[in-house]
Amino acid sequence: MPTNPFLKAGQAVLRWLFMLFVAYPMVLLGLGLRVRHRERLPATGPAIVVANHNSHLDFMVLLALFPFLSVPRVRPAAAADYFCRFKWFEWLARNFVGIIPIERGGARKGEADPLEECYRALEAGQILFLFPEGTRGQPEHLAELKPGVWHLAQRFPEVPIVPVYLHGLGRALPRGRTIPVPFQVKVAVGRPVPLLPDKAAFLASLRSTFEHLRGKTALPDAEKEEAWFGEEEDLNEPAKDVSC
Amino acid sequence: MHGVLAYAFGGILALLVVASAITAALIRRYPARSYTSVRLRIQTWWWLAGLLFLALSFDPLVALGLTAFVSYLGFKEFVSLVPTRPTDNPTLLLAYLAIPVQYLWVHMAWYGMFIIFIPVYVFLLLPLRMVVAGETKGFLRAAGTLHWGLMTTVFSISHLAYLLALPAHAGTHGPISGEMLVFYLLVLTQLNDVAQFLWGKLLGRRAIAPRVSPNKTLEGLLGGVLTTTLLAWLLAPWLTPFSPLDAVLAGGLISLFGFTGDVVISAIKRDIGVKDSGHLLPGHGGALDRLDSLTYTAPLFFHFIYYFYY
Repeated sequence: MPTNPFLKAGQAVLRWLFMLFVAYPMVLLGLGLRVRHRERLPATGPAIVVANHNSHLDFMVLLALFPFLSVPRVRPAAAADYFCRFKWFEWLARNFVGIIPIERGGARKGEADPLEECYRALEAGQILFLFPEGTRGQPEHLAELKPGVWHLAQRFPEVPIVPVYLHGLGRALPRGRTIPVPFQVKVAVGRPVPLLPDKAAFLASLRSTFEHLRGKTALPDAEKEEAWFGEEEDLNEPAKDVSC
Repeated sequence: MHGVLAYAFGGILALLVVASAITAALIRRYPARSYTSVRLRIQTWWWLAGLLFLALSFDPLVALGLTAFVSYLGFKEFVSLVPTRPTDNPTLLLAYLAIPVQYLWVHMAWYGMFIIFIPVYVFLLLPLRMVVAGETKGFLRAAGTLHWGLMTTVFSISHLAYLLALPAHAGTHGPISGEMLVFYLLVLTQLNDVAQFLWGKLLGRRAIAPRVSPNKTLEGLLGGVLTTTLLAWLLAPWLTPFSPLDAVLAGGLISLFGFTGDVVISAIKRDIGVKDSGHLLPGHGGALDRLDSLTYTAPLFFHFIYYFYY
């Protein structure tokens, strides 16, 4: 994070340019958003926003949820092993998108705390967003939640943790695809999740919050697909007896 | 803009002012009742009328671009609504690509290509791409859904734009341009929806399609047919090359098949298990909820006029 005011202003301009020429066209024209309870998003920092992760487009949708002027104060946490593979790519991601790179795999002995830059951002009153699943995983499937958020919240217990569920991005640009396909996206914002002293209990409550929000966005996809394409069946197995 | 169209838009403006005034009066008279849905609906009509004005006031290319964009929004809504298989993402991109290509044929006024591109070439190409992807589970359903979406939201709606490519034709009160035909078709289709709704509210008793669309009544349909046909006959000398008999036939066509388009899309929404197709148009639902009648009236009206007059 630059401390020089000119550098800071320059970075804000770059982030606005990114929003105007990449994020807004992609999210508003290419996808289309329906947001439930947008007013629950934190208006000012410090705050932590946690969301499920299915697609490289997730962070663009989250950024587009915030008012244009406050975008430079919103910082997505991103996997360092992906975004910092090349110097130029890291530079673009840091300055145009404002990412905070995080080393995945947690803190190791003798190394710097991977969340160090996140602490600085929260101290500066910024809005940080994290994907607690740590990876994009299977479309519309909630993977195991990583404890980073809990560790972060231990240090900043007064900072609200706002959960957001994103639906439809796993269809638009799932892992393994390179070209996004236009699909409408539904977003549900929840009330702040209370911080619990027990790590496992906190993660379980966060998980059930995500599942609750998922129910608010749409009919469960699995149910819908089953009704349309028939139940998944193993062709090698003998057909089930359907008579009673 | 041609003088006749300017007057026609004046008529729309007057109609909207009256509708807004009536709603405002009702809200004042019955403060306890909720008119949110009606208010939102009329507000959205203002926006849609403004959009039509914008589309028809400038170069035909603007109208063409806007129609293509409407097709895109409708198709996006459709594929978001129906389940799709993850393996079909590349096929879906091809289907999206068919939208600008279809409107390119319209722009070139290449009738032969315009009329077979989606029903023949895209119909044959998409399953080929799906076979390359290799997933057979749900193949027919996926191929059928995708093509159904393209036929309704792209092929049908593009007929609206092709009206603009038709050459000028002599009418009773001066030359008839494509813009006038688009205005005639759009206004009659949408007013027919409103008239059927209002007549149904006023007199509706017998449900006409209880399992598909419980709010549609026989009285609403008949009232709509009479209103729309009368209006079609009244407007025809200024906006179309129709003889009085043809105008009555066109009015009947628009009102009957506008109703059909409406209930067909309702049946699909019911099949999928949603009430509204989306949220783009406050008070109305999604883009598909407004395009439903047009998916039938646009191609049928086009071929009616194309066969008899061009």
